[in-house]
Amino acid sequence: MPSISIFEVIGPNMVGPSSSHTAGAVAIALLVKKMFNEPIQKVEFILYGSFAKTYKGHGTDRALLGGILGFETYDLRIKNSFQLADECGLEYSFRVDEKETEVHPNTVEIHVSGEQGGTMSVRGVSLGGGKVKIIRINGIDVDFTGEYSTLVIRHLDYPGMVAYIATSLSERNVNIAFMRLFREQKGATAYSVVESDEEIPQELLDKLREHPKVEDVMLIQV
Amino acid sequence: MDFISGSELLKLCEENHCRISEVMRQREASEFGADPEETISRMKEAYRIMKESCHKPLDEPVASIGGLIGGEAAKVRNRRRSGKSICGSMLSKAITYSLAVLEVNASMGLIVAAPTAGSSGVLPGLLLALEEEFSLDDEQIIDGLFTASAVGYLIMRNATVAGAQAGCQAEVGAASAMAAAAAAEIMGGTPKQCMDAASSAIVNLLGLVCDPVAGLVEYPCQSRNVLGASNALVCAEMALSGVEQFIPFDQTVDTMMMVGRSIPFELRETSLGGCAATEAACRKTCEIFKTK
Repeated sequence: MPSISIFEVIGPNMVGPSSSHTAGAVAIALLVKKMFNEPIQKVEFILYGSFAKTYKGHGTDRALLGGILGFETYDLRIKNSFQLADECGLEYSFRVDEKETEVHPNTVEIHVSGEQGGTMSVRGVSLGGGKVKIIRINGIDVDFTGEYSTLVIRHLDYPGMVAYIATSLSERNVNIAFMRLFREQKGATAYSVVESDEEIPQELLDKLREHPKVEDVMLIQV
Repeated sequence: MDFISGSELLKLCEENHCRISEVMRQREASEFGADPEETISRMKEAYRIMKESCHKPLDEPVASIGGLIGGEAAKVRNRRRSGKSICGSMLSKAITYSLAVLEVNASMGLIVAAPTAGSSGVLPGLLLALEEEFSLDDEQIIDGLFTASAVGYLIMRNATVAGAQAGCQAEVGAASAMAAAAAAEIMGGTPKQCMDAASSAIVNLLGLVCDPVAGLVEYPCQSRNVLGASNALVCAEMALSGVEQFIPFDQTVDTMMMVGRSIPFELRETSLGGCAATEAACRKTCEIFKTK
């Protein structure tokens, strides 16, 4: 378990009222925006657990939409995110799912679709104190926080993929802090998640995309 | 330089002849590779936001999302200005500023979670009041914030600061312990006195439940923040006077967690008990959710 820094105690700097229901919601949606490689045209939020029950009183809806608009947890525009989304023509909707109960209390699933026709669905949980993690992408269970520079590579589960990714990184002197592969079944779509302490160069993404078995590469830069 | 308990922290202070704030800054550099100047400038920015949130609702009051609070800080300020305060200037200011930060928080304004958003009024409330009353400069307060972060880190590491896990004693209790240690260091206390102040602050709030009306971070959270700030002030005063705390900090943190486990589910941020289950609260909750 990583230790606790000063600014996890005195922080985050955030728009209120709740670190889990407001700041955490912004953080999850912002990760989704960063992961999606085209401008977002339409977004649907499905709220579970405590998010489903108390989202209005905590501004969770405005916070989620603010994250999709690219706002950080301390951005005062979050309060007006409905109006700002309307102004830039972003379609949004919220749905509450109280049937699925086997979830972390503060869970949201975000479906986005883009101007170029791409779609993605991501499930995130807010862990408290503004900390979050992404636990599912397009139906496949994953686990990362976005606290490090993170590469998310969607590829076919195929021999040599991990070696290819690791080599591409080492050629560019990027040190891997953590690397994990998530897959549903053998030979199907898998996600490799690489977390690094340092900045990941943009051109690495093009290099990774060259591989015929790589379907998509997403980068969350810290 | 790392530590995982209050006793280790005190040992480091003694060995290095330095204050808690200094040990915490060195830990940030050694454990996270943080640049010391960057660490200080980040803390300055946090304190700038804290101050702003203490002042803002005094001039521009805004209603909270749920409509349960708003305008309280200005009322207490006005009473102090009229010269009628029964608390004296120091405490009256701490009350005013703690109330103010929660007003900002509940209206989706900018605050610093310290350690949580629900307890964000305690530390700025007390420290800004101290700064004004004793004509201190920002640097002294910022040192205090580092000391507060050491106490908060230990509570987060060895217990919790989540109301859903251990009640308000974990949120406002932690904030109060942080503020007590900060105030003690700022006013010249020894590291031992800081930890005694923190320990007393937790002891005094043991068992405090988390029972927010309508599930909102508004009532009774706002006045509990005032409780946290005033408790911190009296605990710092006792420690600085040489009143020693019988139970060491690490043991109060452990017992806070144990007490938290014994707090029933209804009283841990579920809004099923305590203030949230009173007749007045149930009526208000219905009103809020009908109109929203």
